Amino acid sequence: MSDASAPDTTVRHRVILAKLGLDGHDRGIRVVARILRDAGMEVIYLGLRQTTDSIVAAAEEEDVDAIGLSMHNAGHMTLAPDMLAALEAAELSIPLIVGGIVPDEDLQPLLDRGVACVLGPGASAEEVANSVRSAIAGAR
Amino acid sequence: MTTSVAEWHQRATTGNRRAVGRLLSLVERGGSEADAITDLTFNTLNNAPVIGITGAPGSGKSTLTGALVSLLASQGLKPAVLAVDPSSPLTGGAILGDRIRMDDRVYAATHNSDQSTHPFIRSMATRGHAGGLALAVPAAIRVFDVAGFSPIIIETVGIGQVEVDVAAVADTTMVVVTPEGGDSVQANKSGLLEVADVFVVNKADRPGADQTKRDLDLMLDLSHVSGHDEIVGWRPTILMTQATAADDDESQITGVWSAIQTHQEHLTQSGQLAVRRRERLRAEVRSRVEQSLLADLTGVLPAVDSPELDGTHSPLALARRVTDRFRSPGSPQSK
Repeated sequence: MSDASAPDTTVRHRVILAKLGLDGHDRGIRVVARILRDAGMEVIYLGLRQTTDSIVAAAEEEDVDAIGLSMHNAGHMTLAPDMLAALEAAELSIPLIVGGIVPDEDLQPLLDRGVACVLGPGASAEEVANSVRSAIAGAR
Repeated sequence: MTTSVAEWHQRATTGNRRAVGRLLSLVERGGSEADAITDLTFNTLNNAPVIGITGAPGSGKSTLTGALVSLLASQGLKPAVLAVDPSSPLTGGAILGDRIRMDDRVYAATHNSDQSTHPFIRSMATRGHAGGLALAVPAAIRVFDVAGFSPIIIETVGIGQVEVDVAAVADTTMVVVTPEGGDSVQANKSGLLEVADVFVVNKADRPGADQTKRDLDLMLDLSHVSGHDEIVGWRPTILMTQATAADDDESQITGVWSAIQTHQEHLTQSGQLAVRRRERLRAEVRSRVEQSLLADLTGVLPAVDSPELDGTHSPLALARRVTDRFRSPGSPQSK
């Protein structure tokens, strides 16, 4: 009789999905939550009106592999760097993924600042799931 | 540079939240690291009270838990919550949304306070296998315990035997029902209700709440007739709440907490606490033995293309062969 209990060998990615600050458009993030669930991931859904502090606290407590922020309020150039700074201050190296409405000219600047990837409204379910997977793989 | 289990454990005992988060992931995954954590935590337990909160989906468990946790934090306690939600049986994925019902209140209650005193909320998916959860939950309770959290609240959906079992291993189990929960016949056939030490009729502003309370009372009267109350020496309390209005009327939540405390005092004074903790330990030993035996069983079952499965042998006869093979000759349990 083996002494150790059998480990769960399936890798279960845990992902936080949240909206930062004042932004009430949560239709998209709910669809993404469902897409990631159907891709076999565990989604910790924080929903609306989160702060960088509340997301950092949740990331520590839930020991997540990635954080997805949905942004539809044109605040991405301020809020995404804020989030990255908060993660860095907490010494958490967790990939940050931005989804939502991001103009083309902002894409590269966001990536340059350290956002792992940006997903727009045209992204297919497969693209969403694969982007999250490769962001997690890239962070390892 | 990977951090060892012992180092994570060391950090967790000094209140490091990330270490607690990591240990919880490891015990959830199972295997040798989880076993090492069990060994490390078992000898340094503070034996914090464990409260189970269960009820049907949408009954208001999470909202109630959030309100309770905020109250406890405002009283200077350091509660932890393990919120268990089902995984999708098809993909194994899960949407764990309990935090959204808790965070707002919790962060409002502890705003500007030292982060180390915040309640700790962890979401856990059932991951489709009952045995895993039966091992992961007690292990997670120990992680919270050695990290200094108290009380430890386990919130589960009250569907399925596993979830009920998980809630029932608590010192005090609170069952949340709603006025839409059905009539007294439903109340009697649901095994969920039998594990309750405290009942909360939530959404008490809705029609039928008084009737629901009466149905529960009637059910408890019958438990009295059957002698159940005398055995445990406790008749479950029934409370009425409207959890979404907890901000306006704190007395409901203080009422819930005082009902839990009254039950805990009863447990201590009657000696039932020791009995429950023995039962909890026994249940975990049983789960471990089952898991271990199940793992061995896979190698003993006939393969699908085995001639034994040609349809000429009855399932009973085949099962006997397997169990005979399993109980190897000479071992004490073989006949």
